Amino acid sequence: MKIAVCVKSVPDTETKIALNANKTNIDTNGVKFITSPYDEFALEEALKIKDANPDTTVTCISLGSNESKEVLRDCLARGASDSVHITVDDGLKLTPLATAKILAKVLGEEKYDLIFCGQQGVGTDNSMIPSMLGSLLNVTSVNMIISFSLLEGSKFSVKREIEGAQETIEGSLPAILSAQKGLNEPRYPSIKGVMAARKKEIKTLDLNTLGISDEINKINDLIKIKAMALPQGKTGGKTIDGDPDNQVKELVSLLRQEAKVL
Amino acid sequence: MKILVLVEVRHNQIRKASLESLSQACKLSSQVCALIIGHKVKDLANSLSKFKLSKVYLVDNEALANFSNDNYAKALAETIKKASPNLVLAANTIMAKDIMPNVAASLNSAMLTDVVELKVNAGSIEAVKPVYSAKASCTYELTGSLVFLTLRPNVFDLVKSDDSHNNEVENIETTFDKPRSVVVETNVSGNSQIELSEAPIIVSGGRGIKGPENWPMLQELCNALGAALGASRAVVDAGWISHQHQVGQTGKTVSPQLYIACGISGAIQHLAGMSSSKVIVAINKDPDAPIFKHATYGIVGDVFEIVPRLTKEIKAMHENN
Repeated sequence: MKIAVCVKSVPDTETKIALNANKTNIDTNGVKFITSPYDEFALEEALKIKDANPDTTVTCISLGSNESKEVLRDCLARGASDSVHITVDDGLKLTPLATAKILAKVLGEEKYDLIFCGQQGVGTDNSMIPSMLGSLLNVTSVNMIISFSLLEGSKFSVKREIEGAQETIEGSLPAILSAQKGLNEPRYPSIKGVMAARKKEIKTLDLNTLGISDEINKINDLIKIKAMALPQGKTGGKTIDGDPDNQVKELVSLLRQEAKVL
Repeated sequence: MKILVLVEVRHNQIRKASLESLSQACKLSSQVCALIIGHKVKDLANSLSKFKLSKVYLVDNEALANFSNDNYAKALAETIKKASPNLVLAANTIMAKDIMPNVAASLNSAMLTDVVELKVNAGSIEAVKPVYSAKASCTYELTGSLVFLTLRPNVFDLVKSDDSHNNEVENIETTFDKPRSVVVETNVSGNSQIELSEAPIIVSGGRGIKGPENWPMLQELCNALGAALGASRAVVDAGWISHQHQVGQTGKTVSPQLYIACGISGAIQHLAGMSSSKVIVAINKDPDAPIFKHATYGIVGDVFEIVPRLTKEIKAMHENN
């Protein structure tokens, strides 16, 4: 079986976000980058299949600046077979559709049985890439899976939580599946894996060699960032003192009279 | 500006979040169409009568009885061909995030999800959405002949009106192939479980509730308030409750009217998911807990003393009304 996993390098979720000078992006100075947490679940699911079927190959693909190389190195250390880094200029903020088009171009050159993604990239938080890839590659896609199993005859079964219910979805390969927290427990890389990963080659591509530079620029122009802002903290919060009985009485009164939410 | 609103049906009812999208669409434009996709959904067109709509499109087909990304996306794409809108809106739900990007990509159109502010300018659409799990917000300008957006539930006001419009209904006939993946089973959570992302009130628990045996204490407060139960990442990771209750980065981002944080210290990841709530109440023993900096009302105290009293007080309030 041939599996691809799309992985993204993102600011650590513990990071405090600051803005750049002209307030159009975050300030990445001093920010620690990590593998997007949902992508770790995606990779783990692919590696589990590889563990059970040793002739499986798991190719990790990452799009972005140099931090992506570290993410791919980490994937290789955990057990991925090979990796592809698609480089983009540092300043270029790709829109979701542009990202999907680039990934589809690279993914479409091979015949993958399964493509795993994280259910969203930490940052723009859009959750659009898996469905867009499905459309562009003409492959069915299922988002937010929390369980996965292969069935007889190139079929699969997954579960996911939707608003107020759990769904079981069945389908036929090839498929694009996006991973939600709860799917599995990602493994840590072994020392042996880390050593081996250092020697592995990371294949590098760019938009010019892919021949899609112009198309991507055109699509990318459809969405522009006007401004970014940091949320304003709540000011004038009230501390309610007194014994528990009085605290509760005052809280309910404030929620009714002042905040008017009860 | 021609707007098509994808209306979502669950348990044979139209979702409240879809009505919010319709309300917003009608505020922005006088040319609004709605689309209902499913099987045996004809009668639901009437439940949109308080909105003045150019048309209600129905794609009603046996092949749509069970959700499939393939067929629902086709239903949306076919409707777009007929209605030729400039903007497609839907509530930011899992279904919308399945099918909208699917169709947007096939039509080479700009799309964003989870929008919280929306403005129509001449020749462009301005949308604001939280990024980095609401640690920042970003204003985008979208152009092109067709734009797709999903709107965050609980943010856009519902239109209040007693009007009753006799909206024109049009069936869209199309054929469907066997979907390549399809829902084969749906297990609905119990009625007491209100969906977090759409709940008007959320009561959330963290490490301060000491153990999973104490969820009933918070559940009782939820019941009294008609609230949904949330949780911090710490207690989800500790296995006290399932991930679907997690609020914050790697969980759900919520914007209820009232958020009551019980025994939650307020790690940056948690704050990211709930700080846009209208009113935040924090109950915590530690006066230095970061959550208090974000709270509208803070009570430094023991959740085991405060929460049961609060439940009692709320129940008494309802009985007196």
